[in-house]
Amino acid sequence: MTGLPKFAAAALAASFLLCAGAYAADPEASLVIKNHRFEPTEVKVPAGQRIKLIVHNQDATPEEFESHSLNREKVVPGGTKASIFIGPLTAGRYTFFGDYNQATAQGAIVAE
Amino acid sequence: MFATALIVFRESLEAALFVGIVAAATRQLAGRTRWLGAGVAIGVLGALLLAFMAPRVSGWFDGLGQDIVNIVVLSVALSMLLWHCIWVASHSKDMAMQARSLGTSVQQGQRKPWALLTAVALAVLREGAETVLFVGGALTGAGASTLDVVLSIAVGVGLGVGAGAIIYGGLSRIPTKHVFATTNVLIAILAGSIASQLVKSLIQAGFIERWSSPLWDTSSLLAPDSALGTFLHALMGYDARPSAMQLASYIAVLALIYAGTRLLRRPSRSP
Repeated sequence: MTGLPKFAAAALAASFLLCAGAYAADPEASLVIKNHRFEPTEVKVPAGQRIKLIVHNQDATPEEFESHSLNREKVVPGGTKASIFIGPLTAGRYTFFGDYNQATAQGAIVAE
Repeated sequence: MFATALIVFRESLEAALFVGIVAAATRQLAGRTRWLGAGVAIGVLGALLLAFMAPRVSGWFDGLGQDIVNIVVLSVALSMLLWHCIWVASHSKDMAMQARSLGTSVQQGQRKPWALLTAVALAVLREGAETVLFVGGALTGAGASTLDVVLSIAVGVGLGVGAGAIIYGGLSRIPTKHVFATTNVLIAILAGSIASQLVKSLIQAGFIERWSSPLWDTSSLLAPDSALGTFLHALMGYDARPSAMQLASYIAVLALIYAGTRLLRRPSRSP
């Protein structure tokens, strides 16, 4: 009866091991949240490569970095930095927003 | 005000549907309300604790702390649901026989559904922590009055719980003979949805790169932030741009449950 959970755990562990190798240097891009706005509002990144996006929330309140086109969402508590891996992207424009302050927090990733 | 209520509703919907389905699945279990309540209470406490620790957790592992907490929570929740499906499969014969001999209620001996209790607590914890964090920010942030924020939270949580109650009410109308089959399918789908979210977290944290590009894009047909999109996401893990790895994990979990259930049922057929 313990077979299946064990199998699931083993599969999970194996996937961790398989992927740990690919963890090397991905190009980085930075984004700052200040007064419920993203700075810069447009970030250029190379297409066809995975990018490590570092979001630094300089406000005291939390924000959720969210993007439907990038299929990402992550809460960034006030005063903290969070890393989010995105892509590899095909060339194009990918909008993102701060879910908690959508009126002001808008931006886009441009892959080229 | 409306935006706050909407965010709180979205976060509470997923946990409420989960609890509603589990409540329907365990309707005939003695003492069910008590342990289900305990699961929710543990989840709420955990959510408060996790939200309180969030600023510290966020910085762990070079900014990946939150994803890693999510990965652990989702992995345990997935294991619990798989365990539950298998447990039900290996006991379904006894339960059906008991139901027939007792006529009305099924008493599953002294066994407590620990797996489901843990899964319920984790579902509440995961969705709750984000809600608490967001609400904390809304309360300290400038602009809205405290009364407005508190009202929005009440409306959001109320609507979420209402959706859970509607699911429960609907499932409760199904005749006893079929209710197990229906809730088992729903729990299997929840497991698939959790597997897909787990893979998404693994991709977001950079642990998986293979098959991480979106397979298709249905956001123009059914937007993920529309009412139906939100509901289907909570119920069955609807994703407008799923990666191949997410889809593969979803299918793998459903196949695993299906195969495991068939395999475990076979021996009891010819005693």
